[in-house]
Amino acid sequence: MCLGIPGEIVEILEERPDLAQVDVSGVKRTINIGLLDDDPPRPGDWILIHVGFALSKIDEKEAADALEFLESIGKAYEDELAALRDSEID
Amino acid sequence: MRFVDEFRDAAKARALSAKITALCEPGRQYKFMEVCGGHTHTIYKHGLEDYLPENITLVHGPGCPVCVIPMGRVDDSIHIARQPGVLMTSFGDMMRVPGSGGNFFDSNAEGTNIRMVYSPLDSLKIARQNPDLHVVFMAIGFETTTPSTAMTVLRAAAEGIENFSVFCNHVTIIPAIKAILDSPDLRLDGFIGPGHVSTVIGCRPYEFIARDYGKPVVVAGFEPLDILQSIYQLMCQLVENRSEVENQYSRVVPWQGNPVALKAIIEVMELRPYFEWRGLGFISHSAMRMRQKYAAYDAERIFALPGVRVADPKACQCGEVLKGVLKPWECKVFGTACTPETPIGTCMVSPEGACAAYYNFGRFSRQRVREASRV
Repeated sequence: MCLGIPGEIVEILEERPDLAQVDVSGVKRTINIGLLDDDPPRPGDWILIHVGFALSKIDEKEAADALEFLESIGKAYEDELAALRDSEID
Repeated sequence: MRFVDEFRDAAKARALSAKITALCEPGRQYKFMEVCGGHTHTIYKHGLEDYLPENITLVHGPGCPVCVIPMGRVDDSIHIARQPGVLMTSFGDMMRVPGSGGNFFDSNAEGTNIRMVYSPLDSLKIARQNPDLHVVFMAIGFETTTPSTAMTVLRAAAEGIENFSVFCNHVTIIPAIKAILDSPDLRLDGFIGPGHVSTVIGCRPYEFIARDYGKPVVVAGFEPLDILQSIYQLMCQLVENRSEVENQYSRVVPWQGNPVALKAIIEVMELRPYFEWRGLGFISHSAMRMRQKYAAYDAERIFALPGVRVADPKACQCGEVLKGVLKPWECKVFGTACTPETPIGTCMVSPEGACAAYYNFGRFSRQRVREASRV
């Protein structure tokens, strides 16, 4: 729950600009980007996701490092990804 | 599973370790608290204590949101879930937290409908799909999850959804740190500040620690090197007789935090006069409740709660672990009566809890480091 998971913005939903399709370790999910309203992300940008919301923008290197770290901690990350896979935000 | 001997930058870690050791005054003991449970997880997973000289001790703080929820609030949640027509949702970490009469799984076996969700927005979707049920989101977490709950309530209000409410258990980290600083039990030399919480609140709220208590604070990232680098920065401040707030994790944490997130929280919630923390007791202004304006979404106003204070089981020493007074393995029931499979206390439930982290990884780390260093 407290893990921030990096994801790459694929596209911003046209009819709901507060939502984006995001690629998280190969899984595409809808994520709310409303908390980044001050500096909205664009496709190709990387974000750190907490419980369905993007909390901050990060660069690609930070995303890669964070992902490598998450993979190293094992089960807690797997559980978080499994929960994200079941998520259907709209 | 990867252990210390495999971690990516072990050579850099050893170099940092040498720099830290060189700054230590012989014969002096240093105690640094890592406030965040995510940091505790990294420390045990990668055996970081073995990279530190003997005179530096890392003390685990109260920053595991599942761990600090008192039993009474679990009981209150189950009470709400038992009301006719209620479907309750919460994060997966919450499901195995024991209340006085069992956890959420036990409660479901007796007929309640408590479901795990990934996001409060999933909970809102369940409400939309089940107009004949009242869906309650049992909200927990520090400032990393509070804005998500606030945004979800704003969304529910915008859509005019009437069968959704929040049982708000969000806590705030600053008053807990202050309670620890004011406690006579523990003398700390500095703090490793939480990473993701700071993404929301920024670094300024920690300034009182440096200014009023004269203790250095370094906001840190989650990788092993981040934590070692932060300890190095803390040591530099001590050697130079400084106490400041430094941001080691500036690649993610802006100094001002996330103003949009803070605005959403303030719109929907306000500080409670006090809130009970497991192990720490009642702390003033340490948690959030829903504002009157959003009363229609406040489960505490919709349902009459028993609100009974339940003491922790006698054998459980989570309180001492959460305050950093005891190390996980010093608890009487650690690893015997209390394990991740059958937790007695919350610190053994969440992967961010100090006991679970130590149980899963810490027990092995010292030996592993010795083996690795022989190679």
